[in-house]
Amino acid sequence: MAKFNKKKDGDLPAVSTASLPDIVFMLLFFFMTVTTMKDSSLMVENTLPNASEIKKLDKKDRVIYIFVGKPTSQYQKTFGSEPRIQLNDKFAGVGDVGDYILQERAKKAQELQNVLTIAMKVDKEASMGLISDIKQELRKVNALKVNYTTYEGDAFRNLQ
Amino acid sequence: MADIAFLLLIFFLVTTTIETDAGLDRMLPPIEPPDQDVVIKQKNIFTVNINKNGQLLVEEELMDLKNLRQAAKDFLDNGGDGTCNYCKGRNDDSSSDNPTKAIISLKNDRETKYATYITVQNELVGAYNDLRNREAQRLYGRDFTEMEAEYLNPETATEIRDDLKDKVKRIQDLFPQKLSEAETSTN
Repeated sequence: MAKFNKKKDGDLPAVSTASLPDIVFMLLFFFMTVTTMKDSSLMVENTLPNASEIKKLDKKDRVIYIFVGKPTSQYQKTFGSEPRIQLNDKFAGVGDVGDYILQERAKKAQELQNVLTIAMKVDKEASMGLISDIKQELRKVNALKVNYTTYEGDAFRNLQ
Repeated sequence: MADIAFLLLIFFLVTTTIETDAGLDRMLPPIEPPDQDVVIKQKNIFTVNINKNGQLLVEEELMDLKNLRQAAKDFLDNGGDGTCNYCKGRNDDSSSDNPTKAIISLKNDRETKYATYITVQNELVGAYNDLRNREAQRLYGRDFTEMEAEYLNPETATEIRDDLKDKVKRIQDLFPQKLSEAETSTN
């Protein structure tokens, strides 16, 4: 009866890991498909406000990004703590915005140049003065389609 | 096998940023002033002022942000001169004549917080969307925002888009978005 006694020693058989690669590959493919490589690292704080009446942005190749916000702690020594504009990987003044837009526009394919959107990623805490100046610059270079990028959510949470 | 896959997985996990790619679409006015001055009746303009503390002055009266959407809807939907047969407003003679003539004018201080500005923008766009949704429900039995999203989605089939184009255009014409932004004030 040794055959039957063996079962009583209480050890559970080890969990089969044969399906582990399958699971890992599944996750891998998920992340591979949703990944977009970061093309510029943020040098400003960028907590976007919430809004509910939002529209999805166009394809990525038709968008030019402008970041505005307080420089992050590592840049605060050199650039101060007032909200600044970040274009690509550099801090810039209001006067550089127009040139930047023209440069970026020239890089795009001919047929896309008229349908570009300017996505403004502005920190909640920024003041409207700077934004108005940027808007004025955008009008000067005739880049009129603007998207204020926000998170989806209740707009009244902004006020807290 | 699993080791290599894990390595790749961790690499993609680290480099992933899930983009926030939605927001409020706005058109800026062109910089050239129009050729001739347009005369607009005062009662067709709905003025919204935001001061640096985030308080609202709507039509010369202090207003809570929560009431802004309803006030804007009342103004747009008023139909004062009786030419608007789809308006459900009060037909008040001292408010806007017709949705197509009604203009919302937004003005803000240089020190207004961006978050407040976005909230106000959101409420005003929301007022237009609410009214457009109402008309779209009446005419086509579905929401305008949903129709517009489907129309703008590049994956929608061409024949559906052509069909939607006219409907979206028609609703937009019923309540055209006329949101003017004045230059910011300095004090």
